[in-house]
Amino acid sequence: MSNESTRLRRRLAVEGASSVWFRAAGYFALLVFGVIGATLVWKSLPVLTEYSLVELLTSATWDPARNSFGFMPAIVGTLAVSGISMAIGAPIAILTAIYLAEYATDPWKTVISSFVDALAAIPGVVFGLVGLIVVVPFVGDYLAPVFGVDSAGQGILTASLVMSIIVTPFIVSLTVESLEALPLELREATLSVGATEWEVTKHVLLRAAGPGILSALLLGFGRVFGATIVPAMLIGSQTLVPETVFSPGQTLTTIIVNDFGELMSLPLTQSALIFVGLLLLVVVWLFNFAAMLLRRRLERRWQY
Amino acid sequence: MDRYTEQRIADGLVRAATAIVLAVLVLVVGVTLVRGGRALLANPAIVVTPPGSTYMLDGAGGFLHAVLGSLLVVGPATVISTVLAISTATYLQSDYSSERFAEYANLFLNVLWGTPPIVYGVFVLTIMIGAGTRASLLAGILSITVFQYPIITRYTDEALRSVSTELKETTYGLGATRFETIRVATRAALPGVVAGVIMGFARGIGDAATVLFTAGGSTAMPGGLLEPATTLPILIFQQATSFNAEVRSHAYAASFVLIVTVLALIGASKLLAGRFARYTPGGQSE
Repeated sequence: MSNESTRLRRRLAVEGASSVWFRAAGYFALLVFGVIGATLVWKSLPVLTEYSLVELLTSATWDPARNSFGFMPAIVGTLAVSGISMAIGAPIAILTAIYLAEYATDPWKTVISSFVDALAAIPGVVFGLVGLIVVVPFVGDYLAPVFGVDSAGQGILTASLVMSIIVTPFIVSLTVESLEALPLELREATLSVGATEWEVTKHVLLRAAGPGILSALLLGFGRVFGATIVPAMLIGSQTLVPETVFSPGQTLTTIIVNDFGELMSLPLTQSALIFVGLLLLVVVWLFNFAAMLLRRRLERRWQY
Repeated sequence: MDRYTEQRIADGLVRAATAIVLAVLVLVVGVTLVRGGRALLANPAIVVTPPGSTYMLDGAGGFLHAVLGSLLVVGPATVISTVLAISTATYLQSDYSSERFAEYANLFLNVLWGTPPIVYGVFVLTIMIGAGTRASLLAGILSITVFQYPIITRYTDEALRSVSTELKETTYGLGATRFETIRVATRAALPGVVAGVIMGFARGIGDAATVLFTAGGSTAMPGGLLEPATTLPILIFQQATSFNAEVRSHAYAASFVLIVTVLALIGASKLLAGRFARYTPGGQSE
């Protein structure tokens, strides 16, 4: 009898201890979030007190050695790379997702989905390296001369082309997920009134899965926005506002990579670069929250 | 244009897009394997040779330091982040927490999941500046841990979510405590959890942005927790644009090693998920 009760006591002790541990782990998620934000704000303060936010964001001169920190070139570069890679990647990704979710049948579907997963898993540096071997000479020797531009091959367009490859599998898998979540009745009902497969997709499925696809696009945009290694390898790294898509440029992320090593000893530069990190964090977090809120709102409005 | 033509065009476009994606995959993997394979075949010993003193200049020696560095950074980081991630996911997916809290925490975890790796790098670097330490193996482990934590949590959370409610209700019905129920549920979710941990490891071993400043990118063998180290992605990043062809070829060889490792891990995670399926109720036995 006493044996029984010690066992029960032990079980309850384990239960109590686990409750404490799991609760701590649950709050740890929020803690990580808060600590990252707070740390970056704290170390960005020096540069933020020295210069106004507007000045930092709109000035075009970036010369840390002379204490001028203008993020305009990097912001333009980031927007250009994100915009171009989404413009190339998003249509291809959505079409591929339609194929996988609606057209492909099983042996192919499994094979192609695992290929897309494999593409998603390949490390960024490998894409960067292949970009250097393949895309840089392609842009420099073939594409730029066609447009009559002189280019060494590294530039906004090169980075965007490779980034569009990276963002595609990401958008594909999220889009496939939202398409597959739609009930079969939706397709059956539309097909039974005589619609073609494409009409089903265009008029019904893309609309019903719209909130999910939009949030996939926003998340994908956030991905490209924060991509670091590939732009750093391919963009040519010159902190000027780019004139054409073939010009070398700089993104917010590559400015951190290129300037941290040498300039880390200057406290103000250090703070300016940490501020870039904060800027990335704020923008990407806004995108993520926006993606989730948009999805929730639209799902309520676009009910089928 | 009549609707059947439109259907045919759409059909073609959809297939063409898929073909482009597959072609790009073949191109990327092919170029890496061919270029890296050539460099490796020319001198397979570079994978297990420590770097010489003039390594960055003329590629004397090999990149054993980066192979070891990768394992020493990502191994411990995966263990730590797995423990944390499973705990967090358990808390969110169980009767320990309220649904409301779980919803908010999931929102934050999703945002963490989308946070650029470079931000984690800058975050750990900021802590290092505050603490007055320089780049080290420990800092590298810390940044990869923070990077992997939301990824593994997300996969684990998904796996635990797929466990049937009946299973939990049955265990509670037998008089089990919450902890005992969680053990049963985690066991049922094991395929997904294992797949998630492997995916986390694969993501961690391939990432350069988080460890670029924190681990340091040294050209010597890893010497200790507080000594600088380097990883394969850092090595590739630094050497890909070298003027010396020999040094560049080491970057190709390293990316061969990296891509084979990552693809093997993905394959392993799929196979393992199938094998562990026998622990799930209704799963196949072998």
